[in-house]
Amino acid sequence: MSAPLLEVEGVHTFYGNIQALKGVDVEVRAGEIIALIGANGAGKSTLMMTICGSPSPRDGRIVFDGEDITALPTHEIMRKSIAQAPEGRRIFPRMTVLENLQMGAELAGVTDPEREFDHVFELFPRLKQRLGQRGGTLSGGEQQMLAIGRALMSRPKLLLLDEPSLGLAPQLVRQIFDAIKKLNEDEGLTVFLVEQNAYHALKLAHRGYVMVNGEITMTGAGRELLAKEEIRAAYLEGGRH
Amino acid sequence: MVNAMGWGERLQAALKEAGIAALITFALICVIIGLKTDIGPDGLEITQRWDLVASGVAIVFVGRLLLRLVVWGPEGQGRGLFSSIPKAREMPWLGKVLGVALLAIAITLPFYSGRYVVDLGILVLTYVMLGWGLNIVVGLAGLLDLGYVAFYAVGAYSYALLAHYFGWSFWLCLPLAGILAGFWGIILGFPVLRLRGDYLAIVTLAFGEIIRVVLLNWYQFTGGPDGISGIPRPSFFGIPFSRGEDGFAATFGLDFTSMHRIIFLYYLILILALITNAVTLRLRRLPLGRAWEAMREDEIACRSLGISTTNTKLSAFAIGAMFGGIAGSFFATRQGFISPESFVFMESALILSIVVLGGLGSQIGVAIAAIVMIGGFEVFRELEQYRMLIFGALLVFIMVNRPRGLMARREPSIVLKERKAIGADLVAQGEGHR
Repeated sequence: MSAPLLEVEGVHTFYGNIQALKGVDVEVRAGEIIALIGANGAGKSTLMMTICGSPSPRDGRIVFDGEDITALPTHEIMRKSIAQAPEGRRIFPRMTVLENLQMGAELAGVTDPEREFDHVFELFPRLKQRLGQRGGTLSGGEQQMLAIGRALMSRPKLLLLDEPSLGLAPQLVRQIFDAIKKLNEDEGLTVFLVEQNAYHALKLAHRGYVMVNGEITMTGAGRELLAKEEIRAAYLEGGRH
Repeated sequence: MVNAMGWGERLQAALKEAGIAALITFALICVIIGLKTDIGPDGLEITQRWDLVASGVAIVFVGRLLLRLVVWGPEGQGRGLFSSIPKAREMPWLGKVLGVALLAIAITLPFYSGRYVVDLGILVLTYVMLGWGLNIVVGLAGLLDLGYVAFYAVGAYSYALLAHYFGWSFWLCLPLAGILAGFWGIILGFPVLRLRGDYLAIVTLAFGEIIRVVLLNWYQFTGGPDGISGIPRPSFFGIPFSRGEDGFAATFGLDFTSMHRIIFLYYLILILALITNAVTLRLRRLPLGRAWEAMREDEIACRSLGISTTNTKLSAFAIGAMFGGIAGSFFATRQGFISPESFVFMESALILSIVVLGGLGSQIGVAIAAIVMIGGFEVFRELEQYRMLIFGALLVFIMVNRPRGLMARREPSIVLKERKAIGADLVAQGEGHR
């Protein structure tokens, strides 16, 4: 088996005196979709942000593509082949769709983003229709598409997605997840996904991790986890989501 | 309604309305324009000018009639004072036309106006430059700076002190003042890197006061409240504006007049302001300027894209401060005398109001706001103690009617095919400031 693209080893993260992550180990191999699920406040987003270097872990190691990135400042980590669509989408509301996408390419040093533009528009044709529109006037689903599109503009190897389904209608959630699946299957993009929507996330993912109170309590193939009784009880109450 | 009314009825209604307007005009102007007092041999004499009144009333009558019949149609004229100002979305060319017109007026101003107007022009242009400088910090990077006058002071004192102690010339000190002020911008930047919004504003306010208080109390070095006088005037590339053999007038074979220097100062500040504008417009298209705007929109998103917020903030403070410093050294050379009196908090507030009033980030808006505020200050000079009252009322009035400033629109810095204007009215207020 190939060396993992992203390796999180025994990471402890604190907010002041409060420990949010208590020795987390996660491994993401190239070409995989990995889902991290858990309840509110379990530390999912903290892990995502720790990978990005904000906050830095107090203990443990994070290795990306064979390089130790534990102590690097955020902006240097984000200039490697990692892209993130942050929680709550966080597009630039007063900039146009075109400018938002350009922001994604510019800093990563992609000077000829033609191919990336075509790629994003093929994935989300809706964005092409909205090109001159201000980001803040888009609907929630379109904003999520824009956030993912912006992240893709930097030609990443690893895409980090923090709650892409947050606040979206079921049909849009399906569209977004279809797009993620397409990216992974057609181009071999590695995706690390943090989700509350456990059903969709685990159905999509090759492997999943379950986080409770800052610790990984369970791991396994996505469909395997989905079949487990304790997962169904804890995260899928009411059956299908 | 429109169809029900015949032509005759419409004409009748319009005539009646125009008649009322003409009557009101007559009442308003009959004394003000109709009677004029002149100084005669035995005191004041009254001249009657009924012809002027008649033509004024006629203009109003015909104008109102035409407006009603041709432009407005039989009903209404839109509500409120500001409804006659076109929406930015409807007239995307307006800003450009306005910009060209203002520039043309600015360039030709000294040719047809007297000393008072040119002096006022210098003052307005100084504030335009300060507004554009602060616009980089507040408008583009979104960092609320209440102590901008500190950099203005640093620039002014840099030149004054360098000239006083070393006798250095204005042209040498101008870039130096900019560099020194930019350096102070970075010094202010470091402690406020982690601050945002209100907290940032308070620290910058304190910083502005610190600079002023130091200047006030360091008597041996800065002269304290006495200020520094006898600051050398600028020369025309080495030729002084003085009466005499080697003066400007004699060199170019002109008759000596003190207007030469004033006109020179006018064009100097015009060029400095235009440089500020050009640099800002250029930077907006570069990654640095884009990063400033992105940081104003959403700092977390910026970090997720690999923008170093440290460098971005420091560069915004430094470049904004640099232009403030250059304007400051110009101020010192124009006045010939500076003291801490000139750099009080009120100045910071005034510059900030110009930026906010003009519409954050809009270059042309800042220029218009500077003309309105500084020019307005002069117009209301007669009213003395009511000046601040009117000033405050004007601010409230504009902010109520145009909540995002006079030019509340952001031009996209890149476009694919057509330029689409982005109306501020499309987005709720406070967007992007989470």
